[in-house]
Amino acid sequence: MKILVPVKRVIDYNVKVRVKADGSGVETANVKMSMNPFDEIAVEEAVRLKEAGTATEIVAVSIGPAQAQDTIRTALAMGADRGILVQADGPVEPLAVAKILKAIVEAEKPDLVFLGKQAIDDDANQTGQMLAALLGWPQGTFAAKLELADGSATVTREVDGGLQTVKLRLPAIVTTELGLNQPRYASLPSIMKAKKKPLETKNAADLGVDVTPRLEIIETREPSRRTAGVRVGSVGELVDKLKSEAGVL
Amino acid sequence: MTTLLIAEHDNSTLNEATARALSAATALGGEIHILVAGKDARAVAEAAASLAGVAKVLLADSDALAHALPEPLADTIVALAAGYDAFVAPATSTGKNVMPRVAALLDVMQVSEVIEVVAPDTFRRPVYAGNAIQTVRSAAAKIVMTVRTSSFPPAPGGNGPSPIEAVEAATGSGLSAFVEEKLSTSDRPDLASARIVVSGGRALGSAEKFSEIMLPLADALGAALGASRAAVDAGYAPNDWQVGQTGKIVAPDLYIACGISGAIQHLAGMKEAKTIVAINKDEEAPIFQVADYALVGDLFALVPALTEELKKRG
Ligand SMILES: Cc1cc2nc3c(=O)[nH]c(=O)nc-3n(C[C@H](O)[C@H](O)[C@H](O)COP(=O)(O)OP(=O)(O)OC[C@H]3O[C@@H](n4cnc5c(N)ncnc54)[C@H](O)[C@@H]3O)c2cc1C
Ligand SMILES: Nc1ncnc2c1ncn2[C@@H]1O[C@H](COP(=O)(O)O)[C@@H](O)[C@H]1O
Repeated sequence: MKILVPVKRVIDYNVKVRVKADGSGVETANVKMSMNPFDEIAVEEAVRLKEAGTATEIVAVSIGPAQAQDTIRTALAMGADRGILVQADGPVEPLAVAKILKAIVEAEKPDLVFLGKQAIDDDANQTGQMLAALLGWPQGTFAAKLELADGSATVTREVDGGLQTVKLRLPAIVTTELGLNQPRYASLPSIMKAKKKPLETKNAADLGVDVTPRLEIIETREPSRRTAGVRVGSVGELVDKLKSEAGVL
Repeated sequence: MTTLLIAEHDNSTLNEATARALSAATALGGEIHILVAGKDARAVAEAAASLAGVAKVLLADSDALAHALPEPLADTIVALAAGYDAFVAPATSTGKNVMPRVAALLDVMQVSEVIEVVAPDTFRRPVYAGNAIQTVRSAAAKIVMTVRTSSFPPAPGGNGPSPIEAVEAATGSGLSAFVEEKLSTSDRPDLASARIVVSGGRALGSAEKFSEIMLPLADALGAALGASRAAVDAGYAPNDWQVGQTGKIVAPDLYIACGISGAIQHLAGMKEAKTIVAINKDEEAPIFQVADYALVGDLFALVPALTEELKKRG
């Protein structure tokens, strides 16, 4: 069984994102970049399936600038077998990413594609569902648990009211929720080993995909900021203030 | 412009998220139809038909649609696409699951988690966990969007009921099947729309302590319960209580965070609350930077004391 894992290079989740004063976007110069946290979970899940003998090959794909190689190397260090970088210098929207991934799926013929449920930069939460639609495959989004048996995947999904379990016919798309697993840290030897694993570079045009953005970003602004309020000395004072000052009780 | 709004429901009741998304759909201008896709969901269609400004309700009824599986649901919506210029759904777990599928089948980008309709083709949406707000314009012939429900008030009911029309339900070609659902049942207010939310974090230390400390406070206030992701991961609280960037987005009148540090991913889900109270023993905790009222100290003493004080004052 072959698993494809798309991994996105994003601003590290610990970085306090700064909006540029001219409204043109957020500051990315000299900012720490990492693999999207949900994608680490996707890689981890694939690696566990390989360790269990269920998966035979894991291919990590990233669409982005040349530096997205680092993100692929991280996946290789975690246990993926090889990488594909689809080089693109400008922003690539989820629909275009899904089209690129569709072309790669058609060439690689994986049984499963594991994506993050959401990239923490655009917070779009779209790519996996779009890829499923383009391929005509079933999707198990927001997966907190995954079991594979006889040509199907049973996915327990985190939904608004609790948990929902669905059974998908393979090949299928799964998108990961935080609760699915705890991703490993790559060890130093595995980081060294990853440097020798194959990493192939393509571009979107080779795959016949037009990545021109469909949405025009007119501006990017800071949200309205809250300011710190007051410190209260006791629960009595708190209740007084909630009643008289805030008027919420 | 004609808009199709996808109803959020459980086959018996219409979720308030629909009325909130209707407010966003109304801001697009033009005629609005609501699609109720489900199984034996006539009562839901009737409730939708009474919402203000709805011209028509479409009812798709089949076994395949009983659990909002995205494959048949997306196909049902796309089969209706020729008649519509915009497709709107609340950004619930169902809306987030199905709408990108619809968008891809229509070859358009989805606009996710809209917080403001600036013009019929221009929207504001948060990115980077709400640390930036983008204004985006779509030149596409069809708009597909999900709506952050906490940013829109529910549209009123009481409309002279609009007509209900049956439409074809797609089968989804058996790509997926429903197995089971474990939904939390509770008499408490719904987290997404509650007026008061009390949330607990990792500091609670165990599921037992979470219940022992947080439930009485919620009861005293008639509040919904929330939690940080750390509390969910540790098993102190169920996943559907998670507030934050990747959980539920809430904007209650009052939010009380107990033993929550205030990571940006948590703040993303609650910083639009009208009044924020934080109880934390660390006076440097980032949650205090957004709190209107800061109570510094041990929650195991302060929360029960607050509960008592509230009960005493009635
Ligand atoms: C991709 C991604 C998405 C995420 N999405 C979310 C999300 O949607 N929602 C979310 O909440 N998190 C999310 N997180 C996790 C987030 O980064 C934080 O790890 C999490 O919010 C921390 O939870 P906490 O505040 O309960 O725990 P901690 O950060 O451990 O804080 C515990 C707090 O309790 C205080 N405390 C300890 N003991 C006491 C006591 N006796 N009395 C009073 N105070 C006490 C401490 O001072 C501390 O401030 C996400 C993380 C990632 C990587
Ligand atoms: N540029 C990209 N390269 C590789 N994978 C991506 C890219 N963009 C999105 N993805 C995948 O799609 C998921 C959801 O992203 P999004 O729809 O942008 O929130 C991510 O977690 C990744 O798994």
